[in-house]
Amino acid sequence: MADEKKFAGYICTGCGIGERLDAGQLETTAKRDGKLAEVKQHEMLCGKEAIQMIRDDIANEGITHLMLAACSRRAKVEAFTFPEVAISRANLREGVIWLRPDEDDNRETTQEMADDYIRMACAEVKYMNKPVPSGEQELNKTLLVVGGGMTGMTAAVEAAKAGYPVQLVAEEPELGGVWTDLYKRVPFQAAAKDVPNGRDVDLPQPEDPGVETLAAEVAANDKVTVHLNAKITKTSGAPGRFSVDIGTESGGTATENVGAIIQASDYKPYDAGQLPEFAYGKTPDVVTGFELEKLAKEAAGGPIKRPSDGKEVKSVAFIQCAGQRSDKEGHLPYCSGFCCTESIKQAMYFKEQNADCDATVLFDDLRTPGAAGEDFYRAAQQAMVTFSKGKATEVVADGGLKVKFKDLILDEDTELDCDLVVLATGQVPNVGPDPYAQLAVEEAEDEEEKAKAQALLENAPPSILNLDYRQGTDLPQLKHGFVDSHFICFPYETRRTGIYAAGPVRRPMDMKQAMEDAVGATMKAIQAVENAGQGRAAHPRVGDLSYPTFRKEGCTQCKRCTVECPFGAINEDEQKYPLFNESRCRRCGTCMGACPVRVISFENYSIDTVGQQLKNVEVPDEFEEKPRILALACENDAYPALDMAAQAGEELTPWARVIPIRCLGSVSLSWVTDALNSGYDGIVLMGCRRDDDYQCHFVRGSAMAAERMSKVGDTLQSLNLEPERVAIYEVAITDTKRAPQLINDMAETVDKIGMSPFKF
Amino acid sequence: MTANQAMIENYRNSFLKEVEANVEEGEWVKMCMQCGVCSGSCPLGKFWDHPPQEIFMMIRAGKRDQVLGSDSMWMCTSCYNCIVRCPRELPITHIMHGLAHYAKRLGLVPANQPTAKFAQKFWDNLMAKGRVNELKLGLSLYFMNGFGEGVKVAMKNQKLGMNMMKAKRMNPMEIMGGHAVQDLSGFQKAIKKAAELEDARIAQPGG
Ligand code: SF4
Ligand code: SF4
Ligand code: SF4
Ligand code: SF4
Repeated sequence: MADEKKFAGYICTGCGIGERLDAGQLETTAKRDGKLAEVKQHEMLCGKEAIQMIRDDIANEGITHLMLAACSRRAKVEAFTFPEVAISRANLREGVIWLRPDEDDNRETTQEMADDYIRMACAEVKYMNKPVPSGEQELNKTLLVVGGGMTGMTAAVEAAKAGYPVQLVAEEPELGGVWTDLYKRVPFQAAAKDVPNGRDVDLPQPEDPGVETLAAEVAANDKVTVHLNAKITKTSGAPGRFSVDIGTESGGTATENVGAIIQASDYKPYDAGQLPEFAYGKTPDVVTGFELEKLAKEAAGGPIKRPSDGKEVKSVAFIQCAGQRSDKEGHLPYCSGFCCTESIKQAMYFKEQNADCDATVLFDDLRTPGAAGEDFYRAAQQAMVTFSKGKATEVVADGGLKVKFKDLILDEDTELDCDLVVLATGQVPNVGPDPYAQLAVEEAEDEEEKAKAQALLENAPPSILNLDYRQGTDLPQLKHGFVDSHFICFPYETRRTGIYAAGPVRRPMDMKQAMEDAVGATMKAIQAVENAGQGRAAHPRVGDLSYPTFRKEGCTQCKRCTVECPFGAINEDEQKYPLFNESRCRRCGTCMGACPVRVISFENYSIDTVGQQLKNVEVPDEFEEKPRILALACENDAYPALDMAAQAGEELTPWARVIPIRCLGSVSLSWVTDALNSGYDGIVLMGCRRDDDYQCHFVRGSAMAAERMSKVGDTLQSLNLEPERVAIYEVAITDTKRAPQLINDMAETVDKIGMSPFKF
Repeated sequence: MTANQAMIENYRNSFLKEVEANVEEGEWVKMCMQCGVCSGSCPLGKFWDHPPQEIFMMIRAGKRDQVLGSDSMWMCTSCYNCIVRCPRELPITHIMHGLAHYAKRLGLVPANQPTAKFAQKFWDNLMAKGRVNELKLGLSLYFMNGFGEGVKVAMKNQKLGMNMMKAKRMNPMEIMGGHAVQDLSGFQKAIKKAAELEDARIAQPGG
């Protein structure tokens, strides 16, 4: 490839651009200010003919860099795909003409806006290079599945079906995991829709758990290698080239190379020992739902016996939400989402073998997710299971059992006698230690803090993945110990690229959901393997070939990048320099924004590609009374919101100059400082929602940026500028009215506090 | 032993089972999911001791006396709001009337319950001639709460009565006993037989 850069610009005059703007003037700007040797206009740049023209120019003239001035970079993506060159796009349609009213007295400012976007795009493309994969990628189609429960087994079978070999690692001596003891499972299907004689006929009933069948299928599948009694002692590498050490009980270790990993470690039953109020532990006749399955399995269809004296159970009470949905110490604050249907099922066990056995379910809210849910509830009602809306307060065990509860409908305290009490206890995620707990120890500032972090770490569960990452041994967690993943947009994608979470380790769920989850995570793992093989990014910048590199000479080894990368993509080499792992990287640019000496960059996204854009905006002097407002908008939500605002005919101040960024996390403080120094009057930063309910596509990017920007105050103070000049907002993709409004608000603020004195 | 005592004997353990066996549409009670939509929809529910949702919960909690002795179900106006809204499609209105009917059969109607009184008058009126004598029914209703009260109400409605007569909607001669259905004794026999059959059915535990 020739090293010589050759630039060309193309201006579209279609979609009303030609009518609203002076295209000749735009061309002049591109040539004079943008220094493009070659600029062409076309009345429909996305059309076949124009695309062919560009292709020919690339082939014949050796063009290496394109500036396309047309619609938003989010529009006509397919038409404007020229993989052999670097491309920047000036957003004249959504970004300018659609956001500005078509009136004579606006013509001048609208044209100025468009001219600036041309200058910006020309500056941007000058600093871009066509991204090429690093060459360190490999294609390894083998998947590692961690966990031998229904989730893990489903993942293994699904991967094998798609033609991907599997290494399945299970801690237990046999397959089945937490589901091994099930007598029957909650039905997977709703009642048939068209049953004769009404809808309560042929309701779904408890069904065979299917654990043995699936285990047999796994064992018989020659694409699946099962390691029982086994643990992972070390995982190193990156997507496409993970190396995993599997230790067996006998002491042997096998090393397997895999392309991607699915963690299906399921859940641990909640420890009912924390529920003395329900007499758990005081009498064997108070059991958890998990334990009842064992009793039912032993009874094998015969009458279920009371553990204390082996007498047939004639009356049973189920206490829902036992130790759950409660903020009491030691209780689970969340709903496990599977225990209502489990209790419904178990109550039916009793009714099935003896219709006269009294089965009462004490519930607060009966939650029945899943296809069969409501139908299954009605099936139990038909079987004469009594459902009472009541909150159990105490179980008294003296001879018999007495459940005291508050009837929530009749609003009275009452009680019932029974032979057996079943506590519907919840799921606790089966995870390794929180990796950031480990980091907290290493990074502790003083001894006291260190001791605290150390205590947390010591109480942490043993590692499951034993990742050889600088950022800890296991998957990062969000709330209540569940593995962190982007709940709304890509639920299986964890914060360690190429490692997917499936089943109750991600959030509490029942067997059906866990199995569906396994299918989803497997498909994602397959994509990851294929992407890694070509050096392409996973979610959300799927297919992106750019990746961060750093200028070693400039690096001060401050480690900000390794710490702030939300995905643990950066290790450390022997000399303590950051070691970027291309295929672990999600291309968010958070490292770039974090680096205080600005040595990190992507081929097509860098401190300069954005910095030069904002510097090339023409800032009129103070007396022209034309302020300039810089908006840095996240490409995932805020920028699309602005595009949609344009489509909806919203209006944006003519003073705004919007630059899309990969993530708020990639924003370098230097951009803000540069903008203030070049005379911008206001700066608006727009990223996704952060923290616990985050919507940031890069999980922590937005939060990191907020932290970083808290230091902007100092900069403003040192420049003697008003703090209102810089604003940071959380913007959702649906904020189509609000997004332009926030920028317009800044224009008003500037109007009030006056123009920046830094114009020249 | 009264009918009531017999029922208590039969269904000692489960009032729900008793309701299933003896109350019209009673087998639906177990299907209620306690959402409360019926109680919230009933235009009168807030004046009742126990709106429908509560009645169903009480049946399941075995509160036999409170339910059967309650005047709540007597207050149902058959507006059908609850039926159209119940997500579980319970025939709530019918169950309300079924409960009232069952309580009446067991002699558990609260004393001086006005709708129960009216229902009795309606029934007696109907049985006399095999058809409803509106004039007599109306008048007996006016005088239900004593003579003085009756005269007052009758005077108030005088104009309405005159107009009805003019429009041939009411015949003043009906006061003299009124006309009967064609085969009055046949009608009475049929009713008697039906009552016998129902008594026999109810006497069987489990319906
Ligand atoms: S911070 Fe983002 S861009 Fe940088 S290495 Fe991590 S994932 Fe990649
Ligand atoms: S943030 Fe920059 S200076 Fe610090 S270690 Fe990373 S590359 Fe080096
Ligand atoms: S039909 Fe009866 S119970 Fe139902 S809403 Fe109307 S008055 Fe209430
Ligand atoms: S609306 Fe139906 S399901 Fe809801 S409380 Fe009333 S009867 Fe029960």
